[in-house]
Amino acid sequence: MINNQDAVKAIDNKRDGAIIVPTMNANNVHFGLPTVTSNQEMDLPVSGAMGKASSLALGLALAQPDKKVFCLDGDGSLLMNLGTLVTLSNKAPKNLYHFLFNNNVYAVTGGQPIPGAEVSDWEGMAKGAGYASVFSFDNLEDLTTGLEEVLACEGPVFIHLRVEPEVENTPVQFRQRPSRTVQQAFKDLPQALGVK
Amino acid sequence: MTTHEAVLHPPALINELKKNDITHIVWLPDSETNFMYQMLQAEPTIDLVPVCREGETMAIAAGLWVGGKKPVVLIQNTGIFESGDSIRGLGLDINQPLVMLIGYRGWTRRGATPDSAARFTEHILHAWGINYYLIETDEDADRIGLAVEEAYRTQRPVGVLIGAEFGSE
Repeated sequence: MINNQDAVKAIDNKRDGAIIVPTMNANNVHFGLPTVTSNQEMDLPVSGAMGKASSLALGLALAQPDKKVFCLDGDGSLLMNLGTLVTLSNKAPKNLYHFLFNNNVYAVTGGQPIPGAEVSDWEGMAKGAGYASVFSFDNLEDLTTGLEEVLACEGPVFIHLRVEPEVENTPVQFRQRPSRTVQQAFKDLPQALGVK
Repeated sequence: MTTHEAVLHPPALINELKKNDITHIVWLPDSETNFMYQMLQAEPTIDLVPVCREGETMAIAAGLWVGGKKPVVLIQNTGIFESGDSIRGLGLDINQPLVMLIGYRGWTRRGATPDSAARFTEHILHAWGINYYLIETDEDADRIGLAVEEAYRTQRPVGVLIGAEFGSE
């Protein structure tokens, strides 16, 4: 399995100007994208609207076809919006890369298993929905060396990552909040893109 | 609302959308909008983004907007209920100037409808503090322009309730 922070770091290292839409563990203030990002103004974290990171990423990919868009999704998050696999592959944006951080649990609520944790075939679902390419990595070395091939593919690309279940048990009211709010991110990104 | 003679035609709405420079319609068709779909598919200035479930529309529209485009969503009132968390967590929380065209299933001026979808629609919009306009005839179509102006001035979602079924051109 891949450590969450190693995974976001490896992806960030290859972003080359891409917009990144992280959610859940990939957006964690302790070990997610906020800790390692090389270009914060091009990060658009999703915390409200559960399950909708991939939908937001689709909108961005359609609006900015000349920029790569990486969605760093969670397995519980994707389960809440499974139709997105079809919605996304129907529009088939060539610049969209949908990473799934699969730890088989709801990490932010204490580590309960997600439904179908041991039987769901994520790659099969993405292939069946019509994604252009599907990849799977369960160790950091393969991910690091494989990213170049992944990002050379035309999207939409689905990348399944088996990551470590880093479970959050701290009561919500005592958790550290991101220093950069979602509202601020929605102001920063258009300016960074030069559209507002 | 079922009418024997349609008084609302797709060109009226589509022309208003074009006048307001709308770039994308994110939608899930409902029983009232078949003829509008055919015309929209043929319209080169507006890109249609179909979804599997209405909650997706709010997030896709947010992504389009933050990326520099000017989308609207087009869904039935039942889809507004389903989209609740997305309207809260994106549209309202990020101050998005989003116009939501909402098929007003069950609407009738007679005041008695068996359809709970209609009975809840305006109450739900009130609860979220979302202002809205009503379109029932071609002459009402310019309320879309009012909704767009208000959405961008206030930086909030605004609803446009479509209270009649479309007729063909």
